[in-house]
Amino acid sequence: MWPGRLIFPPALGTSGGLDEKDRPMTRIDDRFAKLKAEGKKAFVAYIMGGDPDYDTSLAVMKGLPDAGVDIIELGMPFTDPMADGPTIQLAGQRALEGGQTLQKTLDMVTEFRKGDPTTPIVMMGYFNPIYSRGVDRFLADAVNAGIDGLIIVDLPPEEDEELCIPAQKAGINFIRLATPTTDDKRLPKVLQNTSGFVYYVSITGITGAAEAQAADVAPEVARIKAKTDLPVIVGFGIKTPETSEAIARVADGAVVGSAIVSEIAAGKPVSEILSFVKGLADGAHRA
Amino acid sequence: MANDLFNSFMTGPDEKGRFGDFGGRFVSETLMPLILELEAEYENAKTDQSFWDEMDFLWKHYVGRPSPLYHAERLTEHLGGAKVYMKRDELNHTGAHKINNVLGQIILARRMGKTRIIAETGAGQHGVATATVCAKFGLKCVVYMGAHDVERQAPNVFRMKLLGAEVVPVTSGRGTLKDAMNDALRDWVTNVRDTFYCIGTVAGPHPYPAMVRDFQSIIGKEAKEQMMEAEGRLPDTIIAAIGGGSNAMGLFFPFLDDKDVQIIGVEAGGKGVNEKMEHCASLTGGRPGVLHGNRTYLLQDEDGQILEGFSISAGLDYPGIGPEHSWLHEIGRAEYVAITDAEALEAFKLCCELEGIIPALEPSHALAHVMKIAPKLPKDHIICMNMCGRGDKDIFTVAKALGFEM
Ligand SMILES: Cc1ncc(COP(=O)(O)O)c(C=O)c1O
Repeated sequence: MWPGRLIFPPALGTSGGLDEKDRPMTRIDDRFAKLKAEGKKAFVAYIMGGDPDYDTSLAVMKGLPDAGVDIIELGMPFTDPMADGPTIQLAGQRALEGGQTLQKTLDMVTEFRKGDPTTPIVMMGYFNPIYSRGVDRFLADAVNAGIDGLIIVDLPPEEDEELCIPAQKAGINFIRLATPTTDDKRLPKVLQNTSGFVYYVSITGITGAAEAQAADVAPEVARIKAKTDLPVIVGFGIKTPETSEAIARVADGAVVGSAIVSEIAAGKPVSEILSFVKGLADGAHRA
Repeated sequence: MANDLFNSFMTGPDEKGRFGDFGGRFVSETLMPLILELEAEYENAKTDQSFWDEMDFLWKHYVGRPSPLYHAERLTEHLGGAKVYMKRDELNHTGAHKINNVLGQIILARRMGKTRIIAETGAGQHGVATATVCAKFGLKCVVYMGAHDVERQAPNVFRMKLLGAEVVPVTSGRGTLKDAMNDALRDWVTNVRDTFYCIGTVAGPHPYPAMVRDFQSIIGKEAKEQMMEAEGRLPDTIIAAIGGGSNAMGLFFPFLDDKDVQIIGVEAGGKGVNEKMEHCASLTGGRPGVLHGNRTYLLQDEDGQILEGFSISAGLDYPGIGPEHSWLHEIGRAEYVAITDAEALEAFKLCCELEGIIPALEPSHALAHVMKIAPKLPKDHIICMNMCGRGDKDIFTVAKALGFEM
């Protein structure tokens, strides 16, 4: 019972840096290259996997590319989404009540890939369901399903050895959030092991909150772009085609989540949801 | 032994906020700069004598410390075995150990120039303690409390309001303590500049588990001195109830390197630790996961979704446990057991009848374990249990459970 020895072994892989050779190239890089060639900004859409049920969610997902979506963010539901507002909290609850699991979210991607080999897919959520499955097993499954990137809200650079480094070694981009509280001193740390693109969170707050202001966002995007060659896209608080356009104008693209999820929550038919998405995508593409 | 750093259990956490594999800083980027700032400020305050002078003064004159170490004579006689002592933290101002920690965090918040304090609460004791200290210092206070707990701990809700706090009933998720913590974190992400998040237990991202432990360690420090005075030696066994684990960590920490002292944490067994998960025993019935900023043992399903616990005691109704406990459990320095609602109620009644002390339902769990083991132990075996809260807040719950019309 009394081990009588040094209890704290040094942390694994102490430096935590990512070798340049391990930085993966994925469909995300291809997509940004293509957009750049066309002189277009990116439009990124978020939906919660399995919301309100597997089939509807998959139908919406399959329709997103034709609605103008350049990159799909697919939410993995979690019981305790600490960084999300009510809209996405409820989407997660609907999905879980509908029987969504991490396996089923992976299955959605496998299904989607049968008809669309090129649209990048980023899975977004919280760490515990992945940790519970086992990081290695999850990454192998994610690669097989055709996932390109991960955004894991509760894994800051301080925890890079958990998933960020292993994911990129497995060939999956690890996309980081930069926020208004990420000051110049901290920014290099946030950018260090990231790839794919940088997601700038336009507000301090949870998803679905205040309206993003292009005037506030522009200097922040410039500040980040001065420190990285990665595309910088902006999300949180974009709800209309006008804001989508205004934000995309000052960044490399715009992300919309809660506004789309609200349409799904209202029980609208898939075609109507997709035409709403098209409005937002057209906004970003006008920029 | 105690001074030998290489053989000490008291050196954690490491610079990444880990106790072995547990703990860490699993928070969103928006919060990361805030917890780094908090860590720096706390490191600074920890070595500043004026910080501790202010704490000591308020602990003495505002909280009423030191709390007595009390030999429960009739209970000892009744059980017929080990000699039972109670560390009387239920006599603190506001009726529980929670204020020990709140004082520390609020003084820190003031040093940092924060003007708005937020807190989560389950039983309402941490909320009341926070509202109290905020009233004393004229700080704005917002307390998040699960809608279900707002109902079962009504007296504490009114207390907080009297003290000028805003109580926000939390309906997100299932409206319990863990959801209150989620909503408090959401508030913090939104109000990053002026707000200080005062966490009520040894959980959350680093530095909270270590900081709250340090503030609560006054319990064990006093108990150690008082026991030396009363008995001329250390206790053989120390026992405390565990929700998030702050009163337990406070009692345990100063004893960690006293290898002859047996340490027992008591989790809430609810209706019994079974597959139906009608309990809150994270160590007895859970497995490691990541929630609320740290890696620790959690009640969760096979997909990593967090489960709701169940306990008659609102203060123990949390699906996780402080990361340091998870580590002490894995290395075997402390032992963790579960006590059911029914056993806790029996202990509650016995304590009222034999000692004239109405205990909170939380320490009633610790007492129930004392009742289990004391009769089998010799008379010269000394047990010290943490009477970390008084039962005023629980009388309605207990009346209902005993079928008594109020
Ligand atoms: C009297 C009392 N004891 C114990 C607890 C549980 O918290 P912890 O395990 O952090 O001491 C509470 C929480 O509200 C409480 O009010």
